[in-house]
Amino acid sequence: MPLFHSSVLTPARSDRKQVQSCRRWRAIGVILLMTLPLVFLAPAGHAADASVHSKILENGLEVFVKVDNRAPVAVSMVWYRAGGMDETSGTTGVAHVLEHMMFQGTVETAPGEFARTIAEVGGRSNAFTAADYTGYFQELHKSNLELALRLEADRMVNLNLDDQEFAKELRVVMEERRQRVDDDPRAMVFERLSAAMYVAHPYRQPVVGWMSDLENMQLSDAREWYDSWYAPNNAILVVAGDVNPQAVFSLAEKYFGPIKARPLPLRKPQTEPEQTGIRRVTVKAPARLPSMTMAYHAPRLADVHGDWEPYALSILAGVLDGYAAARLERELVRNARVANSVSSDYDGLRRGPGVFYVSFTPANGKTVEDVELAWREQLALLIDEGVSDEELRRVKSQVVASQVYSQDSVYGQASRIGRMRSLGLPYDAATSITQRLREVTAEQVQAVAQKFLVDDKLTVSVLEPQNLMQEANADHLNKAQSE
Amino acid sequence: MSLALDFPVNISDAHPIRRKATGKAILVPLLAGMLFALSLPALAALEIESWTTENGARVLYLESRVLPIVDVSIEFPAGSGRDQPGMSGLASMTLAMMRKGTRSLDENQISEQLAGIGARLSSTFNPDRSGFALRTLSDADIRTQALEVLREIIVSPSFPEEILERDKVRNIAFIEESQTRPNVIVAQTFQQQLYGSHPYGSIGSGNPETITALTRDDLLDFHRRFFVSDEAVVVIVGDVSRDEAQWIARDLTNGLPKASSTLSDIPEVPELAESIEVVIPHSASQAHIRLGMPGVRRGDPDYFALWLAAQILGGGGMTSMLNDELREKRGLTYSAYSYFSPYLRRGPFVISLQTRKDQAWEALDVALATLEKLVDEGPTEAQLQAAKRYVIGGFALNIDSNAELASYLAMIGFYQLPLDYIDRFPEEIDKVTMQQIRDALGRRLAPSRTVTVVVGPAAKP
Repeated sequence: MPLFHSSVLTPARSDRKQVQSCRRWRAIGVILLMTLPLVFLAPAGHAADASVHSKILENGLEVFVKVDNRAPVAVSMVWYRAGGMDETSGTTGVAHVLEHMMFQGTVETAPGEFARTIAEVGGRSNAFTAADYTGYFQELHKSNLELALRLEADRMVNLNLDDQEFAKELRVVMEERRQRVDDDPRAMVFERLSAAMYVAHPYRQPVVGWMSDLENMQLSDAREWYDSWYAPNNAILVVAGDVNPQAVFSLAEKYFGPIKARPLPLRKPQTEPEQTGIRRVTVKAPARLPSMTMAYHAPRLADVHGDWEPYALSILAGVLDGYAAARLERELVRNARVANSVSSDYDGLRRGPGVFYVSFTPANGKTVEDVELAWREQLALLIDEGVSDEELRRVKSQVVASQVYSQDSVYGQASRIGRMRSLGLPYDAATSITQRLREVTAEQVQAVAQKFLVDDKLTVSVLEPQNLMQEANADHLNKAQSE
Repeated sequence: MSLALDFPVNISDAHPIRRKATGKAILVPLLAGMLFALSLPALAALEIESWTTENGARVLYLESRVLPIVDVSIEFPAGSGRDQPGMSGLASMTLAMMRKGTRSLDENQISEQLAGIGARLSSTFNPDRSGFALRTLSDADIRTQALEVLREIIVSPSFPEEILERDKVRNIAFIEESQTRPNVIVAQTFQQQLYGSHPYGSIGSGNPETITALTRDDLLDFHRRFFVSDEAVVVIVGDVSRDEAQWIARDLTNGLPKASSTLSDIPEVPELAESIEVVIPHSASQAHIRLGMPGVRRGDPDYFALWLAAQILGGGGMTSMLNDELREKRGLTYSAYSYFSPYLRRGPFVISLQTRKDQAWEALDVALATLEKLVDEGPTEAQLQAAKRYVIGGFALNIDSNAELASYLAMIGFYQLPLDYIDRFPEEIDKVTMQQIRDALGRRLAPSRTVTVVVGPAAKP
């Protein structure tokens, strides 16, 4: 599903694959499948994880160290609590443009030197921008951790924003927008869906930025963004791997300690007003098959221990699409054959309001109207009869197993801590979340379906295929194949 | 919930299979006390064990007791290179249908049983290899249940007719949809032009005509021929003992037949007779460009030299020549890269990039000039050393998880590489000389005969 392709952007390409997943036939569901448990990946045990050490520097920088001794590697990440949702009208995309500029040199380093220096020691560096945060990371042999921290601290405060580099990088970002959104019908649908479902909240803006805003962006916009948000008191440093926590704290103190805290801009809530009726948006784009995504406003997870609805919504998404024979696939694809692919996802780990999605591609000879009708029947069934104990058990089994599997990735472990803190949740929220998910009851799942999956919270987006030159292209391919 | 957590994992550019190289042909005993030009990070040697089951399956096993997880994969020489002429999609469809019903489980039961114990079953598929990878908790009860499902899928798939017909219709719709996308058009056209009637020219997912023609008998026959015990490669990594691993491998392959005759070899990939350039107009805002030629095979004597060359030309780290010329100097693209995909026979060497349509020819010229410069002049000493440092210094990152190790072992097992292949990889890279690279580039990557596909602009001006 393209939903998140457009919400998380990176400066490097990400599309190489060799051994393909045979799940490619689940065109829409491929990424969403199993996402529910993946989110709630947690360190081992139910108590706070003893292998995570934390410290707050005097300038407000939060430092977390997660020890994993399995391989001589270290991952270092710096997360800033600033992303697309902090942008204002007319300068959308600036968070992401600045992220690109962070590789274009500082007072001390030349453009490109950051990546080159990390690569020279065999490290990988990259970054990502989302609506809620912006993150930078290096993965390297543990002996090179100091290098990563020195460079990362340097660009937190010494960025050199150069006119020429900026002009060139803007062109790169516009190519990125073309590649990720303009030429991807599903990403396009998601962009327009977000713009329709939010009237006031900045989630209405695409993280990559509107093309017109990119074309008119000024160096001063990037400068202002950097000066506003890139401060130690707005950042989280996470180091994971085969490292000594005290040594990491010393390095953090040495390189980040001297950076002064700064007052941050006032964050206004920009609360989305209550929706007053169903909204529909149609996107015409070059494609062959229509598709439909339904997005319902839903709560975010704000209080890990006090909230319960986000957990029930998460389990609900799992019941609908958490495994290959989950409800939507089983009923709409395998049995009724009204859809070719289905997916469901709940996104409640956000700084802003949450959202619950269901998406469909109609089967041959079926229309988006047929699919919408079938979904409404499923929804009615869910609200009337609830979910079975078996379904609940399967989804929870996956939550528990995912918690264990998640410990196999050093990067993933660092990322989880950084993300939770970026969202204002406790660093070990993932552990509590796993526990709370296991406590969700069938009644709670039924209750949130009834409360949130209602038309007054719904925006429906439809991709209406426009055949342009595609017929000719497909013919070309198939002809060549049969030759 | 949001996938932002998972997404950046992809951009670390670390698909382990991609990074693998084979040194079969140039493995020379390492001299004791050999000094490396670069500081090689010390990695503990991996104690991979290997044996053959009674019915001929090759097993690779690596114990890892830190996490209560076990990864088990089983692969067969049943990739798209085994599609029969005019039957593209046969291999992938067979693999996909194997998990859609067995003698005792229907498709829903398969999914439900795995979900109920939190096990994950994924498929692996490329021109050579086809199989399944199972990740499960190592608890004996859970593990046994998960493996039993996998065993059923491998040994007694039923290929239910009715589901096959349903999924054929679905797949055709997805294929038709994908063939509207410029990235798919460019990749498939490039593959067809590069390989022609060679088996590697078969498009793995098939096309609407070939999928329509597939029958249950075709799939049964394909399964019978290629999913045989003496061609199977089983990999077990994680929290099980050697004894348990032995039992797992035996049980998994026990019901498989042996091959009735030796499998035929996939033929050598012929040289391109001439340069081919295809331009396909498309309504997208960007042009998708792919340029390349037949590359290397597993065990190729030039492998390490060319692998380093591809790293210098268009590899990871955001520091490659293509990235410099196309992105950093000219702002022409968001992504430009090059790579080799080594298979049993020569897989493709690919340069790939996207740029706004009106810049397509300029970008293509720059890419070609960059390749020519590398081939004519060779890399600089600084480039070579930087590439070596990148590969060697970061090697531990490729094997820092059970998932990556399991994936490596599957490759080593399938291509019958030495068991110390991973341990020796950095040494082999370190040994490559400037002369070897120049020599290999001149013989193998001279851009005089290439396939170029441009999807987007109407025609070359």
